[in-house]
Amino acid sequence: MGWAGPSRPNRTDELGRLSLSRDCGKCGAAAVAVAGGLGLCGECFRAHLFGKFKLAVTSNAMVRPTDSLLLAFSGGPASRVALQFIHEMRSKAIESWDASNSQALPVFGIGVAFVDESIMCSKPKDEIEMAIEDIKSIVSGLSAGVKAMHIAPLEDVFSTESEDGEGRLKEAVDMIGDDTGREDFLRCLRMLSLQKIAMGNGYTKIMLGSCASVIACHVLSATVKGQGYSLPADVQYVDTRWEVPVILPLRDCLAQELTLLCELDSLKTQQYLNSLSNGINSLVASFIERLREENPSREHTIVRTAQKLKPFSFNKFSADGYHDFLPSRLRPKFQKVDSDESTFSETLCLICGSPFSESELQNLEGTKHKAQKNIDLHTAHCCQSCNFQIIPSSENLNEHFFSLLPKLWTKRVDTISASHSLLRPNLVIFPCFQMAAIGDPAGQLALVHEEEQYTSGHCKANSRVTMKF
Amino acid sequence: MAPSCNPRSLWAPSVQPSGRPPLLCPPSTPASSPPPAGRSTLRGRRPTQAVARSPENPPLRAPRRHPNIQQQISVKSQLPMDSAVNGVRQPPARAGSRLCTRCGERKAALKRPKTLEQICRECFYIVFEDEIHQTIVDNNLFKPGDRVAIGASGGKDSTVLAYVLSELNRRHKYSLDLFLLSVDEGITGYRDDSLETVKRNEIQYGLPLKIVSYKDLYGWTMDDIVKAIGLKNNCTFCGVFRRQALDRGAALLKVDKIVTGHNADDIAETVLLNILRGDIARLSRCTFITTGEDGPIPRCKPFKYTYEKEIVIYPYYAILCIYSPNAYRGFAREFIKDLERLRPRAILDIIKSGENFRISTTTRMPEQGTCERCGYISSQKLCKACVLLDGLNRGLPKLGIGRTKGVAGGDSDTGSFDTVRLYKLTNYGCEMG
Repeated sequence: MGWAGPSRPNRTDELGRLSLSRDCGKCGAAAVAVAGGLGLCGECFRAHLFGKFKLAVTSNAMVRPTDSLLLAFSGGPASRVALQFIHEMRSKAIESWDASNSQALPVFGIGVAFVDESIMCSKPKDEIEMAIEDIKSIVSGLSAGVKAMHIAPLEDVFSTESEDGEGRLKEAVDMIGDDTGREDFLRCLRMLSLQKIAMGNGYTKIMLGSCASVIACHVLSATVKGQGYSLPADVQYVDTRWEVPVILPLRDCLAQELTLLCELDSLKTQQYLNSLSNGINSLVASFIERLREENPSREHTIVRTAQKLKPFSFNKFSADGYHDFLPSRLRPKFQKVDSDESTFSETLCLICGSPFSESELQNLEGTKHKAQKNIDLHTAHCCQSCNFQIIPSSENLNEHFFSLLPKLWTKRVDTISASHSLLRPNLVIFPCFQMAAIGDPAGQLALVHEEEQYTSGHCKANSRVTMKF
Repeated sequence: MAPSCNPRSLWAPSVQPSGRPPLLCPPSTPASSPPPAGRSTLRGRRPTQAVARSPENPPLRAPRRHPNIQQQISVKSQLPMDSAVNGVRQPPARAGSRLCTRCGERKAALKRPKTLEQICRECFYIVFEDEIHQTIVDNNLFKPGDRVAIGASGGKDSTVLAYVLSELNRRHKYSLDLFLLSVDEGITGYRDDSLETVKRNEIQYGLPLKIVSYKDLYGWTMDDIVKAIGLKNNCTFCGVFRRQALDRGAALLKVDKIVTGHNADDIAETVLLNILRGDIARLSRCTFITTGEDGPIPRCKPFKYTYEKEIVIYPYYAILCIYSPNAYRGFAREFIKDLERLRPRAILDIIKSGENFRISTTTRMPEQGTCERCGYISSQKLCKACVLLDGLNRGLPKLGIGRTKGVAGGDSDTGSFDTVRLYKLTNYGCEMG
């Protein structure tokens, strides 16, 4: 690799972390890490993590040969490891492609996206630029294989034809009174930004580096924010509620493990741009840290608890159509997701994308029938948690706030209010919200077209998105 | 003795063991505060001149409250504000500078912990009691004519519960027969003190009191058990025995329901702990307001949505169990208090999350049977209490503790987080101050 890695960490230091054995439980070499109750040497530890990653990818049909993956890269250890591993998987796939006779099947492609949030951090400009250069160098340091590197400033999602996004983003963020709300709002924008990059460049999947520790934090913070209903949507390997499906192959790895792997393999990371927070999220993170000291597997237990909750139907790739054009021996298997609904019929929060719980749906239905103003409809289309922590409480500010939000968000609701009168009153969910769980770009494009069709009132019965009556 | 409080007063802490410092008496407690009244002033007066009454809460009679409560509140109402000084968006309260946001007539006396509204003392009483009334009505907790046992530990929650419930019973004509039911674990210096409080409550509220003791039921007091097994794991015994003792006492009283003083903080904490433990079965039922409906005597928690801080400032009272330095719970409790400081509604949000979790109906829940030996409900052949008792009597006190297959369910010294500690033995002391 093309850069000088950090000096190798002190061996005795690492051994200090061991409580069990000083030998690798698999090959007998000196152990540097503990995983699954076994001391492991560097090589076996790496294989152990790579095994978890690969198992997650293959057993959930995350990546098909025809896919084009967009890896969300933050510079942190988790996404760094994800980049390394997926790159490795691709190199192996290319090798076997080279060796095979037919060479008929393509090998999936990888792109890397970095969402530049420097607008929200107060660090000096030149240091930010250096950090971004670092990130670029990490990606370009990988031997050929990464198709493209996209660096998208966060404010881009706010820009309109006439106006620059920077001012609008800052204005919207300043209107949010709650620290935690501001943080969560930025997180939602990050996802939107990734979606935008993926859609604009023809990617079919977005890979996130969310690891078990991050998910454990999310489980608790979502509970604390009253999002217990929508929580299972965020903790699965696969999440197809977005235009471009999102996959989380590192869900079973702990942050400490990933950091250790980065140290051992001298994978360079760049975390300068991480911002500090002082809201509920950081309180939860420090709570989890304390729990970890007492019991290292606590994070796994928390994630497992959340996994016992019933996932949503969009937490898997739908089987039909997914494998078209693939020979049967190459079709990855589908994991069994326990969900009764066969079609995706959830109403999603305008801002954070959480599925609505019963009471939120009732509220929305009530508003639909009586609300005349667009703004009421906007508010009703946000989950209770966003309503509390993100949306400004005063009504005047409220309207302005929604006018600032990215059009990708508000458009969906505007479409509904425009076409509300055309639809049957007992229509449960407007199909624009039902993003079909499909993996191909053509389908997603079709979805966008459909949305336009609905606006103009040319609703076709043979639309490919199922309507529920 | 706790010198700061009139021993005759309604909520005065009972005798403290001399070795322990008086708990929870912040420096602001007026050591010389002269509560002017004895027992007769139970029928004392609350200022009635302009009490804004809500429509469903018509003024029946002059509301009664012990003047002591008011005095205590006037001092203690500073408590949440003091403790919130290092909180985030809570400027130091300038009591007196603002009018009550609810009635708009009187000066605001306190910042309501649940909503951070500045309200006056009278309105605080009204909203506090009305919320509990609403919870009772909305959830159909009682039927007219029910016999209801109040699990009374002598701690702040159950004392306030007994008072509020008898008050609401009178005011809203629930026509309930209320009883106080206490369990005597036999912990010298802790339970004998708090039982004194319960006995006082018996006289003050005119509620019949029944005390069941571990000694009578099992032949062991907690002091004996601690002597036998040491300070580790003793909470397991205490919790298991208490749960059953309460049911047995209730059966003796022939009541239809048991109410316990679990508050919103307790329930939020239980939700978190069940997440931390991965116990999906308990996670699904720990937010139920009524539990054990399939069992002999259902239990309910009228304080499900009531914040601990509000219970504390309603009167003011707390006592600490000497055997329960439960570190694990302490962690979670501390976390909840931190959360509350950042965002008071977090506690309610946790409860809401707990209620809304999508728990698949096919999740296997433990089947309920009865204990072969004593007939108490049990998911195993023998109930946990019989297993533990067996161990004690055979000189194998570790029997039934820890994860042993084949022995009655439940594990670890943290006990079960289902309806945790029917009477709570928490270390509120250090947290509330």
